[in-house]
Amino acid sequence: MSDDALDLAPIESILDAFKQEKGAVIPILQQVQEIYGYLPKEALAAISKKAGIPITRLYGVATFYAQFRLTRRGRHLVKVCDGTACHVRGATKIVAGLEEALNVSPGGSDPDYKYSLEIVYCLGSCGLAPIAVVDDKVYGKTDADSLVEQIKQLP
Amino acid sequence: MTVLDNPEQLNDLRLSVLEHLNNRRANQAVVLIGMGTCGIAAGASEVAEAMRKELAQRNLNVKVIGVGCIGMCVKEPLVDIQLPGRPRVTYANVKTDMVPHLVEEHLVNGQIVKKLALAQMVEDGIQPEQELDTYQNLPFYRKQLRIAMRNCGMINPEDILEYIAADGYQGLAKALTSMEPDDVIEEMKDSGLRGRGGAGFLTGVKWEFCRRARGTPKYVICNADEGDPGAFMDRSILEGDPHAVIEGMTIAGYAIGARDGYIYCRAEYPLAIQRLEKAICQAHEYGLLGENILGTGFSFDLHLKEGAGAFVCGEETALIASIEGKRGEPRPRPPFPAVSGLWGKPSNVNNVKSYSLTPQIILNGADWFSKIGTEKSTGTAVFALTGKIKNTGLIEVPMGITLREIIYDVGGGMPRNKRFKAVQTGGPLGGCLPESALDTPVDFDSLTQAGATMGSGGMIVVDQDTCMVEFARYFLTFASAESCGKCVPCRIGGQRLLEVLTRIAEGKGRPEDLNEIEYISTQMQQASLCALGQLTPGPVMASLRFFREEYEAHIRDHFCQAGVCKGMFQYEIDEVKCPGCGLCLKACTSNAIIGEKKQPHVINQVNCIQCGACYEVCNLGAIHISPRVVPLVEVEEAVD
Repeated sequence: MSDDALDLAPIESILDAFKQEKGAVIPILQQVQEIYGYLPKEALAAISKKAGIPITRLYGVATFYAQFRLTRRGRHLVKVCDGTACHVRGATKIVAGLEEALNVSPGGSDPDYKYSLEIVYCLGSCGLAPIAVVDDKVYGKTDADSLVEQIKQLP
Repeated sequence: MTVLDNPEQLNDLRLSVLEHLNNRRANQAVVLIGMGTCGIAAGASEVAEAMRKELAQRNLNVKVIGVGCIGMCVKEPLVDIQLPGRPRVTYANVKTDMVPHLVEEHLVNGQIVKKLALAQMVEDGIQPEQELDTYQNLPFYRKQLRIAMRNCGMINPEDILEYIAADGYQGLAKALTSMEPDDVIEEMKDSGLRGRGGAGFLTGVKWEFCRRARGTPKYVICNADEGDPGAFMDRSILEGDPHAVIEGMTIAGYAIGARDGYIYCRAEYPLAIQRLEKAICQAHEYGLLGENILGTGFSFDLHLKEGAGAFVCGEETALIASIEGKRGEPRPRPPFPAVSGLWGKPSNVNNVKSYSLTPQIILNGADWFSKIGTEKSTGTAVFALTGKIKNTGLIEVPMGITLREIIYDVGGGMPRNKRFKAVQTGGPLGGCLPESALDTPVDFDSLTQAGATMGSGGMIVVDQDTCMVEFARYFLTFASAESCGKCVPCRIGGQRLLEVLTRIAEGKGRPEDLNEIEYISTQMQQASLCALGQLTPGPVMASLRFFREEYEAHIRDHFCQAGVCKGMFQYEIDEVKCPGCGLCLKACTSNAIIGEKKQPHVINQVNCIQCGACYEVCNLGAIHISPRVVPLVEVEEAVD
């Protein structure tokens, strides 16, 4: 999807839903990101205009929290946990293996926008360390090779 | 929908649900599957699906219930089977292909599958099974005492009725009908409950500050922004017993005089959020939240706020800023939130565990609670026990238990007979303790005195294969990346510390670096705005205090004894211990191992890339780590 074809209509209904709520910037951005996969500049501009929030403030909030992305994301999101338990059980090797096999660096996407790789800190499943989450599926006690194999099978 | 108009109706409902559950217990077989995040990640959904299919195929009238996490993460997925009138038996590490066999033997033939069964739960009036361990007898459970987690894994968290049957909302009913708000505060003070978020401030005193503060409305806030890597206590409680947190917050609301409460939960916990939403909705339906709760005239509402991924939002003033929709930056205290919090109004912020303990304290009394634990740290502590330990899991133990008991008795010690090296408490803002401190009792003051902190409950055990320099560097990487950047000591101090540690871990450390670490750390501790900056140097300071020789070996000898820091060690084979089994030779991917079958093998250091594959596979301990003959950094210097 190219940015000039961005459909801004959903933003209106999101803003309507939060009209009564005080301090709802974060949930608004969360829902907008849910729709576009990231926060496109046009979307931030639209929120700013319609809700009367200065775009600098939106940008400030969006860049403060790790959850928000300002760039386009690949079709599949691979999150590798580097929380303490995963770290001591080999998360670093998993990241290195994925970087090589998928041609993607942490925080970025591959040139075809098929995969995005993110390092996260603790998903709270330390008992299964090391873990990775691909889209919404959790892979526990995993390693680079088996993870790459699973990921490569994705459409 | 039954709106409960008075406490008697609540009690009637409790009795009728109990009767229903007892009837079911006597007449219908039940299968309970652990469906916390960790259980689901281990495959519990697939197992539940296979179970439902198998039961349908055989036309069996069996109830399948998803429960929360019972804490034995390492044994997930867990499936419990309960036949009418017989004990609840737990099967561990259940795979989908085991389901038909379990159904056939246990549910149809009434025979316990002994070789897969882990333990049984002892219940009043039910004859225990022969030759099967009881939960109370399992080393993992023997020393535990569950109050905050009493319902986790026991009840269906998505059904308020099961919570009500387990004395749920009785604490609230007692507070609303027979206690004045000041009585509730006195009770909490007498119980000695200290804030389970980590700081250990007396909960009752905090409530009192907020009650006495001028200004309305007042707010109750639950800090469920559990950001410490390696900690999942709050998640498990929210997923396994959400109503306990709701009830605790409502009691707090009554005590301080609040009408509204906020739960700030990190977005990384979708299941916890979903269960909370459902629980709040159910509590409304029964009149346990909302207007005129239990007909007492007291009204209270709860709102759920999702975090957006910022560790610093675990700090209370940052958390409040985040609820207000701002950047989650802390501000100086005082004024404390009790005086000026959310929207500038008096607000009480407590951790999930503090709230989930509250209903039990009110119901059973301060005396009951204060008799558990130690004099100055009453009650129980919840820990997420992880790292290099056999029984990874979630535990709740009385305060005062020693670290040794937790690690060796509850945790089962190190896997693969490795040597214990250190235990980290308090997460990335805590500290580590060495073997010599293992007899330290676990309570707020003793841990602080020993050089670590209680923290909110992460407990990570590391063995001989963990390099303490790299371990400290890891925590620093995390904490400095999470610095919000508002104050200079934290923003720049963290980066400088990280540079020094990185230098040491790369073999480029300088003799003056240890002084440098101490200097920067002291500055950060004294001058940072909030706890994040003040505590960021904690792990480095603790590891430098207890493992100084490891830092010195890195700097002086370019040697990493744990075999972690690249280019600072080499693997060697002990020819006396090596029987020439060939396992290491097979594992080696760089043709660095040579040797004839049944003859001691040798590593060719020129080819070796220090991947550690041989070290991992050798079961005989014949491969050890020694200093490199020529450290890599010197090789690089020579090339330059």
